[in-house]
Amino acid sequence: MLNPDSVGRTFHSAKSFPVTASEIAAFAAVIGEDDLTVAPPTFSIRISLEQSQDVLSDPQVGIDWSRVVHGDQKFEIVRPIVAGDVLTCSSTIENYKVLAGNEIATVRSDLHSKDGLVVSSWSTLVVRA
Amino acid sequence: MVHLGGARMIQVGDEIAQRVFWIDRKLLKKYADASGDQNPIHQDEAFAKSVGLPDVIAHGMLTMALVGKFVSDWAGGSSAVKEYSTRFVKPVIVPLGKKVDLTVSATVTEVDGSNVRLSVTATSDGVKVLGMTKALVVKS
Repeated sequence: MLNPDSVGRTFHSAKSFPVTASEIAAFAAVIGEDDLTVAPPTFSIRISLEQSQDVLSDPQVGIDWSRVVHGDQKFEIVRPIVAGDVLTCSSTIENYKVLAGNEIATVRSDLHSKDGLVVSSWSTLVVRA
Repeated sequence: MVHLGGARMIQVGDEIAQRVFWIDRKLLKKYADASGDQNPIHQDEAFAKSVGLPDVIAHGMLTMALVGKFVSDWAGGSSAVKEYSTRFVKPVIVPLGKKVDLTVSATVTEVDGSNVRLSVTATSDGVKVLGMTKALVVKS
């Protein structure tokens, strides 16, 4: 079970995430996108989902990641990610509830470049009972 | 309201023509490598069945990425997408050696200058796989 003290806490990624042209190209190729000048709208999940996983798997937070399924996903995109961006990620557990024995946590991830916010995303993750 | 080279304005209720994407195991591997999500439920049939799934399932985020392509193609490119949200209601099941459909369509729900809101529907094998899918785009 999730430690209630972790709700509302923000976790800052220890590392930064440099975005390469080849990462954008590989992601674009999956969906058949030919324009490689900017990343596809959901590209940031590459960074944010791993961060959300790390946060929820933190021993002080206490979620068993092996039973997690993705419930909802939302993006608010300030500007598209481009190759050369170096992004940092801060993740906040915004909401947590238990429904029919399933734990449901919503993690907000803000990705910043040196110039400011690039994208905010919300991942609602369900830990199956 | 938006003029498209003299074409008629986009209006609430307009429908965007349906499009089909095809998903197979090869695409799941490609997405796993591109996204970093190597969860075995998306690649290993025995593992997927061991955790109670009917077969290998597509990454929800792959489904969302493909639907995002549908939205961005209509709007004028990746940069046009400002907000995008969905709920993963049913998995897309991907049996070995098969190509399964992801059938996508959308309706315009709001028009404010060049900002257009869409409500999107996505099914696979006739089953609704995404719910409450919405996007805000700047239409060019």
